[in-house]
Amino acid sequence: MNAPETLSRWNQATSSRVPFWAYTDAQLYQRELEKIFYGPHWSYVGLAVEIPNTGDFRLTWVGERQVVMVRDRVAPKDRGTDHGIRVVENRCAHRGVRFCQQPQGNARSFVCPYHQWTYKLNGELAGLPFKEGVKATEADGTPCVQGGMPPDFDLKAHGLTRLRVEVLHGLVFATFSEEAEPLADYLGPNILPWLDRIFKGRELSLLGYNRQRIPGNWKLMMENIKDPYHPGLLHTWFVTFGLWRADQKSRMVMDDHGRHAVMVSRRNEGGENRAVTEGVTSFKANMVLNDARLLDVVPEPWWKVPDPANPGTEINPTVTMMTLFPSVIVQQQVNSLSTRHIVPRGEGEFDFVWTHFGFADDTPEMTQRRLRQANLFGPAGFVSADDGEVIEFSQDGFRQWGEEGSTLCELGGTGTGGTEHMVTETLIRSMYAYWRKVMGV
Amino acid sequence: MTAAVPGFLRPELVEALLLEREIDRFNADYAAALDERRFDDWPGFFVEEGRYTVQARENFDRGLPLALIALESRGMMKDRVYGVTQTIFHRPYYTRHVVGPARVLPVQDGDEGGLVRAQAHYAVFRTRPGDASEVYNVGRYIDEIVRTPDGLRLRSRRCIYDSEMVLNSLIYPI
Repeated sequence: MNAPETLSRWNQATSSRVPFWAYTDAQLYQRELEKIFYGPHWSYVGLAVEIPNTGDFRLTWVGERQVVMVRDRVAPKDRGTDHGIRVVENRCAHRGVRFCQQPQGNARSFVCPYHQWTYKLNGELAGLPFKEGVKATEADGTPCVQGGMPPDFDLKAHGLTRLRVEVLHGLVFATFSEEAEPLADYLGPNILPWLDRIFKGRELSLLGYNRQRIPGNWKLMMENIKDPYHPGLLHTWFVTFGLWRADQKSRMVMDDHGRHAVMVSRRNEGGENRAVTEGVTSFKANMVLNDARLLDVVPEPWWKVPDPANPGTEINPTVTMMTLFPSVIVQQQVNSLSTRHIVPRGEGEFDFVWTHFGFADDTPEMTQRRLRQANLFGPAGFVSADDGEVIEFSQDGFRQWGEEGSTLCELGGTGTGGTEHMVTETLIRSMYAYWRKVMGV
Repeated sequence: MTAAVPGFLRPELVEALLLEREIDRFNADYAAALDERRFDDWPGFFVEEGRYTVQARENFDRGLPLALIALESRGMMKDRVYGVTQTIFHRPYYTRHVVGPARVLPVQDGDEGGLVRAQAHYAVFRTRPGDASEVYNVGRYIDEIVRTPDGLRLRSRRCIYDSEMVLNSLIYPI
């Protein structure tokens, strides 16, 4: 695991074979944090609806750095232009203490418990004890000042690390980098219409969180959602009930860099189609539900939108799965909506935080439907518990092979580019083509 | 001839002790069914329209409705068992439930006659082939129990877990 040597070992012209060290090398992982998570990329940190009121905050992550997402006071005259959401690093400028320990709450300011350095909600240093020293008396009785900060100490120069923040339709993104392009450009015109479709002009309602710790490299989660044909094989529920299957009308969309993607698909009728269920051992011809409410899918008006790729026509997807590099997956699976935040924890582990949401104007019945369908997803979900499991198996396999092995992602060829079907691994290849550029390997 | 009952064993105290003992026995049977992997028996611990929820304490404390698992009938539980045994792919493991003594709680306004509210702490350990045992899920059962001709049954069991992270996946019922 001597990184400088191993990094040059990508010996293929294409990105269709990913060396196992891309998942197991600890030094390479540190470079990923610097170049990707702390570099010129936008990371998802949460939903604006999680902090509705002034002073509301919650802890979240950019890479391995813990940050605080907080709603700042905004003067009435600025409310048209300032969303008020700030993201600051949870690390005191004085002695590096993680000053905030409550996972969420409401605060007037942030005070470090160690020496009571006090910060405004926007991260500016407001004050600190003994800045001017302590008044005392010399042995001979003359008044004096003991200690204090140097006279040129500037409060303004010692605030918290303040990240750049952009809010898109209630999705909050942050970056440590001054070089990152504006968020809309970062996501790109191919991806934005699919975010607009779910979020634009809508108020969200927060349904809750599920959290899991997956013992695998963080990129494997991105790959899982960029791999459109495994659900029809691994996930019995999908293939049997027609939620996701290789014969569906589908489209693989990506941005110009190949880093973000949308898998778009439409549910079909389920049941047997010999061309795609033959030899698929997970297809259960006789499987029926005892209680059909688990799959009580009701189409929503916003599903149908003008087809961004074919002006003048409409498209009515039941599934859109977005991978927004590097840190989040946005899911619409029939009536179930969630963001899934990837928080890396070393080269072989990540935390996966699911935030389920609905819309503020949902009927109680629709809320209940979204909650019922949540049984399909998350760490215990009928169709996604096994995603975390196979990621663990992958990481185990990479570790045991050592330096020389590589994955093989050549379904649909070795090239990159969008497709109108799901029998392809093009999105994975495209992500690694971008990753190689960023990482210089 | 009846045996003399010591004076401190007031009838209402005896009744309360017997009820707690009965619930502890019920919980022991429930845990044994799961730890012995008799998953088909599991829905039978509930009434037909019984509810079973596994929910993070974070959501419970904040009044957020999302659960990890939320089932609303024996039928849904049977579907879950089918998933557990037939469709969800995972590394095998077995569980060991350690359930604390039940606390019977006062009835609430509007409760039907005979409804028993009880809570018990639980810890579930997980052991996978080739690995050490690990603390898998820790929390409390919040139960609504009714008496049926077949014995006690759950009208509702909410497993509210403290564990902030699910260790990868949660397949078997808690």
